[in-house]
Amino acid sequence: MKQFLSFIKKEFYHVFRDKKTLLMLFGLPIIEIVLFGFALTNEIKNSKIVVCDYSQDEASQLLTQKIESNYNFTVEKNLLSHNEIENSFKQGDIKLAIVFPSNFQQSLFHENIAQIQIIADASDPNTAYTLTNYMKQIILDYQRSILPKGAIPMQIQSEMKMLYNPELKASINFVPGVMALILTLICVMMTSVSIVREKELGTMEILLVSPSNPIMIIIAKAIPYLVVSIINLIIILLLSVFLLDMPIHGSIILLFAESILLIITALSLGLLISNSTANQQSAMLISLMGMLLPTMMFTGFMFPIENMPIPLQVISNLVPAKWYYTIVKSIMVQGLGFAAIWKETLVLIGMTVFLLTVSIKKFKIRLS
Amino acid sequence: MNNIVIQTNGLTKKFGDFTAVNEITFDVQAGEIFGFLGANGAGKTTAMRMLCGLSQPTSGKATIAGCDIYTQTEKIKKNIGYMSQKFSLYEDLTVIENIRFFAGIYGLSDIEIKEKSNILLHKLGLETSKKKLVGSLPLGWKQKLAFSVAVIHEPSIVFLDEPTGGVDPITRRQFWDLIYEASDNGITVFVTTHYMDEAEYCSRLSMMVDGEIKALNSPTNLKDQFHADSMDEVFYELARGAKRKAD
Repeated sequence: MKQFLSFIKKEFYHVFRDKKTLLMLFGLPIIEIVLFGFALTNEIKNSKIVVCDYSQDEASQLLTQKIESNYNFTVEKNLLSHNEIENSFKQGDIKLAIVFPSNFQQSLFHENIAQIQIIADASDPNTAYTLTNYMKQIILDYQRSILPKGAIPMQIQSEMKMLYNPELKASINFVPGVMALILTLICVMMTSVSIVREKELGTMEILLVSPSNPIMIIIAKAIPYLVVSIINLIIILLLSVFLLDMPIHGSIILLFAESILLIITALSLGLLISNSTANQQSAMLISLMGMLLPTMMFTGFMFPIENMPIPLQVISNLVPAKWYYTIVKSIMVQGLGFAAIWKETLVLIGMTVFLLTVSIKKFKIRLS
Repeated sequence: MNNIVIQTNGLTKKFGDFTAVNEITFDVQAGEIFGFLGANGAGKTTAMRMLCGLSQPTSGKATIAGCDIYTQTEKIKKNIGYMSQKFSLYEDLTVIENIRFFAGIYGLSDIEIKEKSNILLHKLGLETSKKKLVGSLPLGWKQKLAFSVAVIHEPSIVFLDEPTGGVDPITRRQFWDLIYEASDNGITVFVTTHYMDEAEYCSRLSMMVDGEIKALNSPTNLKDQFHADSMDEVFYELARGAKRKAD
């Protein structure tokens, strides 16, 4: 026990002496949360558009006003001719152009059909699609507003309810994703690097010659990162609750317990990587390449897994963060209890046991 | 001759087809300073790693402080100290933290650690530098500190793998004073080196060539045996026959 304490103390010295790494350890989650929370959002606000109005009548102006009052759009310019449209797009920041043909009002009220052209910059297809949808909605609203009451004999009114996220906030997706990303990344990378460093420096030999149990050496290595990760978890949760207004609906204790489970999974993965690499650079690269991309891609917080080809969907099941992401969403957003997430928990436990067994076996082989 | 602390019999290590250490047999007596010489790649480090329990022998027998190296490795570990070729302290820990850590993993009590670290700091003249990071000390100091830490738990044998590489002659001399002192205190010293002047300081020497021990005697007797004036000549005489390329 005394030996074990000596080890833990030493590992803490290592972690807290290395100011740059420490800054990265605690800075990363804050930056990620702020970035994902504010900068990266699915909503598109204040897109600049141009209007080319050949009609200049009451109806076209009313619709233009409606568009302008919507927070998604800002009318940048009123163009006089069609020819200017392409130029506006080429100059850059214009996302959409609206063209009213001449006699818009007359066609609308007398012929009962009027046309309007929406031209979008589809070099970014997602934005173009979203913006034209916003625009169609505005036009539909306008159309409904000019209809006399009871003009349509039959109507289906659909009422939508966005469960668990009524305001459609993107942070609800991102926060669990960032939690999964940060916890796996830090634990995998830091443990693998710190173990490989001892091998590289030659101090591992000294430790192995000493009467200390190798398993104890490894566990002591993991403990500071466990502590750092728990502090990070607290920071992320505080930021998301107070900065991003994202309440935690479920049990906090359950959330922490599941997070610690993921941390242990990640630590065992880091251990496995450290057993298979000879120097710090390759340990760092393998953990970065092996963790960052798959975690971003296959967790489901950036790209929906359901839309991926079947082989990729199968691969996504190997990423621990994916299961954790589901767990965190269930607890934080839906407020569900353990009964709803026991399967995911079991998968994580299974992964941990597998990784630990393999890496401890490999560690022993190296000794002989 | 009844106080044998290291005894090997036909100790062999093979890596695949390559025989790194080929049936070495020798005894080391308590309190001896035993020099383990050989060119690069002769198999010294491999042999030493087997004796320390870092590597399993392919065949042969050996006992360290009366313990079998196959079955009693845990007992051996408590009885030996080890200082590797690479620098073996933590550069980002202070002098006193390093001492406390290594004393701690050998299971010394707090009182013992306090007592020993005071004596050690005093002996090395590091009292004023005890809160400095080890990384900021000159190499000579680091090596002396590393040696003192390797024997802090008073092992019966200490293994030194090229402990004085890259150190200036004066510091090397001081380092050997520490080795003598440890030897006087009854610690058996098993040391590998490339410096032939250091070889002269040993009580007995073994010369390894191509994984085998080609000569084993006291420095004086070795010089007589090979009709040489210095250890250098003895070394050349033996190493010349080596078939293995040095790395």
